[in-house]
Amino acid sequence: MAQAVAAAERVERSSLLAAPEGRRARQVLGERILLGLLAASSLVAILTTIGIALSLLFETLRFLDAVPLFDFLFGLNWSPQIAIREDQVGSSGAFGVVPLLVGTGLIAAVAMTVAGPLGLFSAIFLAEYASPRARSFAKPILEILAGIPTVVYGFFAVLVVAPFVRDSSEAAGFEVSSESALAAGVVMGVMIVPIVSSIADDVISAVPQSLREGAYGLGATKSETVRDIVLPAALPGIGGALLLGVSRAIGETMIVVMAAGLSAQLTVNPLQAVTTITVQMVALLTGDQEFDSPKTLAAFALGLLLFIATLILNLIALMLVRRYQERYD
Amino acid sequence: MTDPRQSPTETILASLPRRRRAEARFHFYGIAAIGIALGFLILLIGAIGHQGIGAFSQTEIALDVTLDESVLDPSGTRDPETLSTANYRAVVRATLGEIFPEAMRKRRDRRKLTELVSIGAGFELRELVLADPGLIGRTMRVWAPADDEVDMLFKGVTARDSGRFTGKQLEWLDRLEAEGRIRSAFNWRFFSNGDSREPELAGILGAMSGSFFALLTCLALSFPLGVMAAIYLEEFAPRNRWTDLVEININNLAAVPSIVFGLLGLAVFLGFMGLARSAPLVGGMVLALMTLPTIIIVTRASLHAVPPSIREAAIGLGASRMQAMLHHTLPLATPGIMTGTIIGMARALGELAPLIMIGMVAFIVDVPQGLLDPASALPVQVYIWADSPERAFAEKTAAAIIVLLAFLVVMNLTAVILRRRFERRW
Repeated sequence: MAQAVAAAERVERSSLLAAPEGRRARQVLGERILLGLLAASSLVAILTTIGIALSLLFETLRFLDAVPLFDFLFGLNWSPQIAIREDQVGSSGAFGVVPLLVGTGLIAAVAMTVAGPLGLFSAIFLAEYASPRARSFAKPILEILAGIPTVVYGFFAVLVVAPFVRDSSEAAGFEVSSESALAAGVVMGVMIVPIVSSIADDVISAVPQSLREGAYGLGATKSETVRDIVLPAALPGIGGALLLGVSRAIGETMIVVMAAGLSAQLTVNPLQAVTTITVQMVALLTGDQEFDSPKTLAAFALGLLLFIATLILNLIALMLVRRYQERYD
Repeated sequence: MTDPRQSPTETILASLPRRRRAEARFHFYGIAAIGIALGFLILLIGAIGHQGIGAFSQTEIALDVTLDESVLDPSGTRDPETLSTANYRAVVRATLGEIFPEAMRKRRDRRKLTELVSIGAGFELRELVLADPGLIGRTMRVWAPADDEVDMLFKGVTARDSGRFTGKQLEWLDRLEAEGRIRSAFNWRFFSNGDSREPELAGILGAMSGSFFALLTCLALSFPLGVMAAIYLEEFAPRNRWTDLVEININNLAAVPSIVFGLLGLAVFLGFMGLARSAPLVGGMVLALMTLPTIIIVTRASLHAVPPSIREAAIGLGASRMQAMLHHTLPLATPGIMTGTIIGMARALGELAPLIMIGMVAFIVDVPQGLLDPASALPVQVYIWADSPERAFAEKTAAAIIVLLAFLVVMNLTAVILRRRFERRW
């Protein structure tokens, strides 16, 4: 025993005390440098945000030199092709963003009509009703849906959903365009279900068990407990989940590029073809054009709008979810 | 409403059936929501599988080709230059003429006949001859790819009376089939060719290679940066307003639409830094910026899951904080970090919108060999083919999706296995 302690002490001495001063100084210096590197890499995320904000702002300001801000924000007419040449008549009226906002809103509304109830009920089922076995079956389904690339959803919308929407509404006597907002919106809604359900699931699970037990003790059934106690308690968090869903819906690109139209119509009829901000950004930047043409710059202006809109939605949503979690921690 | 003579117990008992029905309904809604999601998933996979399975086979036509020296190499020098520019199409046409001598009399018939065989037949003959010039002068049987319309006919996609074939063409095809000269073979061209305007020759090797190079760039940038940033934020950063801001910023960045990252790439990497359009390097850089927040968030969660007691024990034994992190916390968090990184890479593999923004949607035949060669990527290929008018491209699109999904399944399964295998509960 005493021998072992002595041996350990020897090891101790040789490693710590016998270490020359220079080596320790080098170690401290090395750690300093490494710490600096670590801190520097955490700046990259900030730099990305600043880069996004600056590049969008900068190009948008140049765009606003050619098109007045008022015409851009409140113009009812979007046809960027007309304004390629500046001397053309009516070039200033062609960059009105209102039809795009209406189209984006319409498709997002259709998507949330699908994703809201499906996501919420999935989350309620997973959090409150599902046995561990049912959960281990249902959760992967939602995770797979979340992992499918959006280009695949887009192709599916064109291949299956759009023809189905067209045929069934024609059978019902409605006039429908081949690229309807409905088809794109429904598919987008399914894509958003996992986003809503996973956050809502977390939020519902975080409601303290004591609240449920109090309700059961008063004789409430499970569904009454969920509806009258759990959901109201989880409401801010669920609001956050839905807002994140909306934010995904307005920023989603490929589904609408493939399944929604290009024509900027001012309509709220989901059977019509509408276009969205993201579709127009893709259309403006596809093909060869100079970097400085108003068309290219318009894409940045749309990007700035999109960035601001999603930023506000995300910040509110994250704040709601976080504040809610703090309340019950 | 309630009968005043009823006792409260009776009121409650009377309401029970209604409440039980409401309960069952509510439970059913939950199951229905999951059921709809499952149904949609099955429909999606079924529709794409059904559409795409055909692209993995290809109709081929047997040709007894005589590699005529007077056509291919009149001077007899076997000069590779001559051999690679020789008219192999003429050889194919002559072979068809031997099978159907009557069709060679009229120019129109001759054209209609050669249309049945893909122009790729000539390219494949050239590859054979270039690999072995000794074949010249010999006669051999090759299985040449049929034209995409013929392929569609034999796969039953187009009907015989669709008007896409003349009566004579149908007659010739029937005779070829009767002679056993038509077969359906595994479509290896789909995995060994780049893109092509001819559906029967179009393959995804170029797209796979482009995706590989882009993902490589993405991983090389986002993994070290993300892990280092996460280590700093989780282990070393002081808790103050500034780090709060960084944290909010990262969470928010994870929710920024991917197309906005594409605009950043367009403005900074292409506009400001002047890098090449369509290069996997630029695509990978944009994808890296997009994946970075995910990797930071996952790494922080894995580091957070390592119990503080381990850190404290290391520090108590005299390790510096950096040593405690490098020797103990980080190794224990590695499985979680790997899992998160693979999932992040899988998402980057399927991402398309930012690549469109930086011009990675060009039609590119050559298979990229490096980071700067013009390239497409798997989702890009899906998008390009989905837009093509030829009917045969519809099945190619679905087949490319199947390949893309197969890669995603493999990546996600790896992540799941890693998690199962190495996950520790403290």
